[in-house]
Amino acid sequence: MGIRSSSHCFMRFAVQVMVFLCVPAAALADTAARSLSPTNIFAPVSTPAHSIMGLSLFVLAVTAGIFAIVFSLLVYCVVKFGKPADDDGREPPQVYGSNQVELAWTVIPVLIVVVLFLATARVIASIQKAAQPRNAIQVIAIGHQFWWEYRYPGLQVVTANELHIPVSDPANPTPTFITLLSADTDHSFWVPRLGGKTDLIPNHPNSMWVDPQLTGLYVGQCAQFCGTQHAKMLLRVYVQSRQEFDHWIAQQSQPAQTSSTVSEGQRIFESTACINCHAVSGTLANGRFGPDLTHLMSRETIASGAAPNTPENLRLWILNPDSIKPGSKMPAMGLSDHQLDAVTAYLATLH
Amino acid sequence: MATDAITTLRAETASLPFVVRLHEWVTTVDHKRLGIMYIVYALVFLMIGGVEAAIMRIQLIRPHNNFVSPEVFNQMFTMHGTTMIFFVIMPMLFGFANYLVPLMIGARDMAFPRLNAFSFWLTAFGGILLYFSFLGANGLYGNGTAPDVGWFAYAPLTSRTFSLGHSTDFWTLSLLISGFGSIGTAVNIIATIFCMRCPGMTLAKMPLLAWLNLVMAVLVILAISPLSAAQIMLAVDRYLGGHFFDTQAGGSAVIWMHFFWIFGHPEVYVLVIPAFAFVSEIVPVFSRKAIFGYPVMVAATVCIAFISMSVWAHHMFTVGMNANANTFFVLSTMAIAVPTGIKIFNWLATMWGGKIHFKTPMLFCIGFLFQFLIAGLTGIMLSAAPFTWHLGNSYFVVAHFHYVIVGAILFATFGAFYYWFPKMSGKMYNETLGKLHFWLFLIGFHLTFDFMHVPGLLGMPRRIYTYEPGRGWDTLNLIVTIGVFFQAAGILVFVANLLWSYFHGETVGSDPWDAWTLEWSTSSPPPAYNFAIIPEVRSRRPLWDLKHPEDPDWKYE
Repeated sequence: MGIRSSSHCFMRFAVQVMVFLCVPAAALADTAARSLSPTNIFAPVSTPAHSIMGLSLFVLAVTAGIFAIVFSLLVYCVVKFGKPADDDGREPPQVYGSNQVELAWTVIPVLIVVVLFLATARVIASIQKAAQPRNAIQVIAIGHQFWWEYRYPGLQVVTANELHIPVSDPANPTPTFITLLSADTDHSFWVPRLGGKTDLIPNHPNSMWVDPQLTGLYVGQCAQFCGTQHAKMLLRVYVQSRQEFDHWIAQQSQPAQTSSTVSEGQRIFESTACINCHAVSGTLANGRFGPDLTHLMSRETIASGAAPNTPENLRLWILNPDSIKPGSKMPAMGLSDHQLDAVTAYLATLH
Repeated sequence: MATDAITTLRAETASLPFVVRLHEWVTTVDHKRLGIMYIVYALVFLMIGGVEAAIMRIQLIRPHNNFVSPEVFNQMFTMHGTTMIFFVIMPMLFGFANYLVPLMIGARDMAFPRLNAFSFWLTAFGGILLYFSFLGANGLYGNGTAPDVGWFAYAPLTSRTFSLGHSTDFWTLSLLISGFGSIGTAVNIIATIFCMRCPGMTLAKMPLLAWLNLVMAVLVILAISPLSAAQIMLAVDRYLGGHFFDTQAGGSAVIWMHFFWIFGHPEVYVLVIPAFAFVSEIVPVFSRKAIFGYPVMVAATVCIAFISMSVWAHHMFTVGMNANANTFFVLSTMAIAVPTGIKIFNWLATMWGGKIHFKTPMLFCIGFLFQFLIAGLTGIMLSAAPFTWHLGNSYFVVAHFHYVIVGAILFATFGAFYYWFPKMSGKMYNETLGKLHFWLFLIGFHLTFDFMHVPGLLGMPRRIYTYEPGRGWDTLNLIVTIGVFFQAAGILVFVANLLWSYFHGETVGSDPWDAWTLEWSTSSPPPAYNFAIIPEVRSRRPLWDLKHPEDPDWKYE
């Protein structure tokens, strides 16, 4: 009895020491992972990304073990069985094979494969078969050459390139379910810290879900080649507290506030080709080909994350889109300097 | 017996005028000449594909670089991928198969020599057509020149809506034409192996190289057919108003992916199985031992070929298949690790207890073993579908398949070059230059492709012509690009070695490696008819039996 309890004590002590050592190590690793890159797959903040990391580390550990064994055998062969300097020229004993040995190195890999397969199947089911709770947020993401359209069905919100979603409290999860569509070619939605990628394929609706547990900005980019400017089809996901998110939704569902001081710019905007592609709700402009500009100034970037949203960049973007994103579908509008200033001033009022 | 065949009746062609010699090469139906033509053709395209890779790497050396435009970058990765798969690795391996299979099974030529020539010229025409697009694909629209849709050309980017001009058509037609060439060669290899083996050579006594090329040829027929079908459907879509892949008219982009990858994954084994074949011939000779577990090696290869037909959708883990489909393809993909592992263990067991001669061919095979081990292990990581939800289409995948294609296949092929160069040319290569090539290429390879895994883990997708600073990718991309220059230097040393040795190398006899298969029983280079008298064999190593009459192999097989 005494022995058992003392060994029990020792175990508890050992566990405490391990926790004492591991917690700071894990925290350190976490900080390192995040500081390495804002798109590090090993710095997850959402359940799918967490379960993928768990599986990844397991697979990495198993493959590292296999590598260590086979690599040692290879090194041993190369070091041990090199032709000696004083070789007598006789051939070494000829061995043609061995059924027992072959059987061993067939059965052991089979067992490893079974273990890896079961671990993988479990994670696939946990992510792909997750039920959608009633309080989940619904978003439709539509890929375009070379930008992202986001629609919040039922909330009357349409925006572009910067997705806003609420943080999800693990005790009371409010995951976001994203329906993925494409308006033209294939794209892929990949924000590594939130989850794995899923493709957006025309005529083939897909879906994915994330439940970020930490507020902040998470970035990523299109991960399926979609044409000339695939590289600058960047993703920005703003994870906000529930309050901030509700406020953002309320603000985004308003029609555009138009001001008479920029009526000249608005007139030019509405009488040129701008409105063929862009919409500003509450006005004549109702194009669907390009991003919705109703609340353009609430966004931090333009051109799908390619440049900060400043009046200078906006002006340059209208004047010569190729200087920011060569090959984008936004045409150079050929406006005069005066017209450019007026349109930029108008756009700058679309908060 | 085979010794009687060692009679040299070399045709004195060197003194003939250039035009006559050229005419002889262009009209030849000799499997050895066609093999060499395949190989030289592949080497030329290797240079071109390498330059395209270098252009991409210079563009990515630092963030926001402006070395080439996005349009040119997109053409470069499309042409690099298409060139390296269809016009470098495949013709190179077909070249070796053409040259070696008849010699190793004691035949005088392939079963269908004219089909052989026809297949080569189809492949050659396909490559030239692809590169003509740089000049001729402007079409009426002036949109792009070379194909720029990526080497797997996902629909609907290839439709006329998104790909104006004719660049995609050049891509489609060149692959269709060279694909017919590949099917012709595959039919020829199968017929040759089934019908032309010398007396005594049962299937179980064929050299492993012949066995593995037989499996490769079967896979070529199974894999190229769906690719050709898909190319025809794409041409119908683009020119005859078809809607196979036209998503706006109810077509399916996913169907293209299925067609492409049911070609694409067996294709990986089409490329790697002949590399296994080289290693299975070179490792025994330089370890001075018979291959360990010959029947298991054959069985494992056939097993790989079977399983490889059921794994294609692991390229599609991110396209939104349901959980059951994903799970099935995880299992089939992981299963392929078992026969592949068996092969690695058998090569190691062949080296075990041998007397290893570290000549250049063997060095490349040891490099192959090391790199193929790592490529296999990253392959296991990628077979775990959720891991691929991150890694798919990232630089990790790019690093993984370059580990297979460069680290394994190209290394084994370099080994084959040095091993059979004396047979093909009658001259010995320069061992010092060979070793320099090995070390330069090894260092360059590891600088480039080891470090290329990491940006993938840090979220860098493939096929981007530029990237932002602050993502943690800058230094890694710099190192990756530096490695390219070491590889280029290695390739230059290699070509210099081949050329120098061809003109100034030491003349060798018929059997410089003291090897055991039939190609070493005839002169170097072999006469047009290969063997004056068709040899007769009793075991897998007929020359071992000759050299060791006191302890021949046939006693044990």
